[in-house]
Amino acid sequence: MADNKDEMEILPAAGPIVQTAKDFKSDQMVRWCPGCGDFAILATVQKIMPTLGIPREKIAFVSGIGCSSRFPYYMNTYGFHSIHGRAPTVATGLKCANPDMQVWVVTGDGDGLSIGGNHLIHALRRNVDLKILLFNNRIYGLTKGQYSPTSEIGKKTKSSPMGTIDAPLNPIALALASEASFVARAVDTDLPFLGEVLTRAAKHKGSVFIEIFQNCIVFNDGAFESVVAKDVREDRMMKVAHGKPMIFGAKKDKGIVLNGLEPEVVTFDPANPPKNLLIHDEKAPSATLANFLAHMGEPVPQGVFRAVERPMLHEMMDAQIDQAKTAKPADLQKLLTGPETWTVAA
Amino acid sequence: MSDTTTSPKSAPLPVEEIESAVIRFAGDSGDGIQLTGMQFTTTTAFAGNDLATFPDYPAEIRAPVGTTAGVSGFQIQFSSRQVLTPGDAPDVFVAMNPAALKANLHDIKKGGMIIVNKDTFNAANLKKAGYPDGKNPLEDGSLSEFRVIPVELGRLTRNALDGMGLTATETERCKNFFALGMMYWLYDRPMAATLKWIETKFKKNPKYVEANHKALHAGNAYAETAEIFGHHFRVNKAPIKPGVYRNITGNEATALGFIAASSVCGRPLWYGSYPITPASDVLHELSKNKNFGVKTFQAEDEIAAIGSAIGAAFAGHLALTGTSGPGVALKAEAIGLAVMTELPLVILNVQRGGPSTGLPTKTEQADLFQAMYGRNGECPAIVVAAATPGDCFTMAYEASRLAVKYMTPVFLLTDGYLANGSEPWLIPDASKLAKFDAPALPPVSEFKLYKRDPETMARPWAAPGTAGYEHRLGGIEKQDVTGNISYDPDNHERMVRLRAAKVNKAAQDIPPLEILGEKKGKVLVIGWGGTYGAITAGVQNLQKAGKSVSAVHLRHLNPLPPDLGDIMANFEHVVVPELNMGQLLKIIRAKYLVPATGLNKIKGQPFKVTEIEAGVDAILNGGK
Repeated sequence: MADNKDEMEILPAAGPIVQTAKDFKSDQMVRWCPGCGDFAILATVQKIMPTLGIPREKIAFVSGIGCSSRFPYYMNTYGFHSIHGRAPTVATGLKCANPDMQVWVVTGDGDGLSIGGNHLIHALRRNVDLKILLFNNRIYGLTKGQYSPTSEIGKKTKSSPMGTIDAPLNPIALALASEASFVARAVDTDLPFLGEVLTRAAKHKGSVFIEIFQNCIVFNDGAFESVVAKDVREDRMMKVAHGKPMIFGAKKDKGIVLNGLEPEVVTFDPANPPKNLLIHDEKAPSATLANFLAHMGEPVPQGVFRAVERPMLHEMMDAQIDQAKTAKPADLQKLLTGPETWTVAA
Repeated sequence: MSDTTTSPKSAPLPVEEIESAVIRFAGDSGDGIQLTGMQFTTTTAFAGNDLATFPDYPAEIRAPVGTTAGVSGFQIQFSSRQVLTPGDAPDVFVAMNPAALKANLHDIKKGGMIIVNKDTFNAANLKKAGYPDGKNPLEDGSLSEFRVIPVELGRLTRNALDGMGLTATETERCKNFFALGMMYWLYDRPMAATLKWIETKFKKNPKYVEANHKALHAGNAYAETAEIFGHHFRVNKAPIKPGVYRNITGNEATALGFIAASSVCGRPLWYGSYPITPASDVLHELSKNKNFGVKTFQAEDEIAAIGSAIGAAFAGHLALTGTSGPGVALKAEAIGLAVMTELPLVILNVQRGGPSTGLPTKTEQADLFQAMYGRNGECPAIVVAAATPGDCFTMAYEASRLAVKYMTPVFLLTDGYLANGSEPWLIPDASKLAKFDAPALPPVSEFKLYKRDPETMARPWAAPGTAGYEHRLGGIEKQDVTGNISYDPDNHERMVRLRAAKVNKAAQDIPPLEILGEKKGKVLVIGWGGTYGAITAGVQNLQKAGKSVSAVHLRHLNPLPPDLGDIMANFEHVVVPELNMGQLLKIIRAKYLVPATGLNKIKGQPFKVTEIEAGVDAILNGGK
């Protein structure tokens, strides 16, 4: 770029970057239904963004199709609202082409687990450095109320007037089976905790999968109410933290122990703690404990199930290119010429 | 061809000069037929002949041994004049087993030579090949129209390698080099190139080097001393444009074209692909060249392959996705996304026989409509097609250039015939490749996502990471200029028309068509894609016979060359030969309202020159 003024503009500002939540709000009107859980998630994401120290031009949000997938339009970063289910593929190309970008994927239970299930598992197993947020509302919202792959069996919807006959899948278990290097769950009504999980996800190097319980006020209102309602959530959900015992309850008076291979809720008395109380280990080399949590039922665990580090796709891709360049410098004429030639004389 | 020579044994056998030869090797798909063919090709190229090759292999990697389903073939035409096709009917055919003979016999020129591996013509193999009980074509007179030369390839190879301590299987594997040695003698060819190739190929196993060298020499000596051919042939050098040449297949040339384009425009290459016949070799070639900064991504499926390419294009890479027809079908929705977001993207379709799985290893041109129209909505893309294996380089480069210059998806159509066929290729001078890039990015203050460049109508390509240009792209209809979401009816119509107008703008880049023959006459033959060689050779033959026939070959199919309409107006009839039911034909009829006639073949095989000649001649005679 010849113009010095322009050059200045593209360089990151010297010193710490000062950005506020407002810097991450685009000029587009947010068009979700009033009361939608998506508003709270958007606000939380916009709130944590300035704390990451990454200039907004180095951040991209990529989505597929569905209510949640409108998300990129509301972020004043780079963004791509792609097609149904395919966000992880676009995001993979973007991240590997420009590893300087922090790439977030916003998807839903239909987009990410139904039409895009294949891409989700492959992005996770390749350990693409993507922060995948799956807004799970257990319903199709944008198409106005059909059952989704996380809808409970027997659920009556417009496309299942007699109740669904499809068993739901477990998003966390799927992510673990796909060897995601960071797997977590949070809820759209507990924003400080959601913010903590998102911040940790942003700092994680590798494939991130976060299931966010999200309420669809129009087509599936109260889908998670039985566990997330303020008056019950302390007793019916459990926040897990690395190295901490698994205790929960409004009075912190319940704990989890292993009974055979199943969890058992026991009374927790700090003065006389049960000796086999489970301690959470998100860094365990095997996903056994994380899977145990994924299948626990109640209390519903939230927080980080698993956080391990392994080589990321873009790192390995770049390393191979560097290795190839060192072994054989690029020479286009030599490539075109190939190993065997002959000359036709004039 | 003459075989009346009766020379004394001690004197060297005479050499007959011939202009051209067509030979075909065929055997089990595990017999090393493709390798033998490629060795003969290299040696022929080094000898200065013009040539064209066509490998024809089964979809099954190892179909049941000895059956006609497992027959793999390799055909080459070489000549002291210009060669445009691998030839119609082989003059010499080498059959490694009864199945190869049975599957190919109908193609062999009457009076031609058939060299058979006699050892394999036993009851079991004859049965596997499907000959009736007790019937052996070598003995029943059914081959009386040919000159049959039975050779005990297995036994002779075993004799040659006796005492080397090889296993029976290892010895058996050398018999193709024995046959190749015979062919080298028959066509008076030096063996140095193949001997050197064997040394390199088996450098870790000196025993195999020795064995294959011995087999090659033994075959060569056998052909001479046993006097089985009587004399040998010489095909002199062809008058080829001076320069340095290499042999190249269409898929190799395609990969090199993409790498060259990436190097010249200075944008790293992204190739998202899912393995599919006959396109996989492009993925292999590109993966070998990571030292050029090439990023290849073997995706989980066809959709992920193009999705990753769209992401890379968003990031400012030269982004490509390659596949065959079934893969393009899966990519259709994503191609629409690239059209809507106006991102540069090359979609390579190495066409094969369809529909559905169709004929994976056979050639066809039936995906033109798919490239033109195979998406929802009004969804135009540029479409270009390569004419010869070497031309795949030029058109891969051209597709990349057009995609970046006009910020649009571009289809590059090749086909199985071009992809696996090879020809001598005049190596281009890398420093003379035309420079290109997207229009320069405007200053931040003037940046609007869909504000178009006046010359190309391309929108600015602002890559993520660049401060001040943060923007959101997507598949929802865009507001003109701003690129914001818009559901406005007038805006939608304007955008549909703008997208079409932009693709049509690329017509300004299309060079004038080259007319083969007179500019005015009775019949104009219009071809596209891999039929170039057969059409050109056929039309040249008709012209030599004094017929009023000319031809043009299209490499740009959308938009069409701007001078095509005027050229057609100077001919009484327009004939469009295609390996489909008449797809370009319908486009030409619709666009120009001319009563063009189709000349169509849908057999999974390329046109023969004689088919073009006969088809065009019929129109000349019938006046229709």
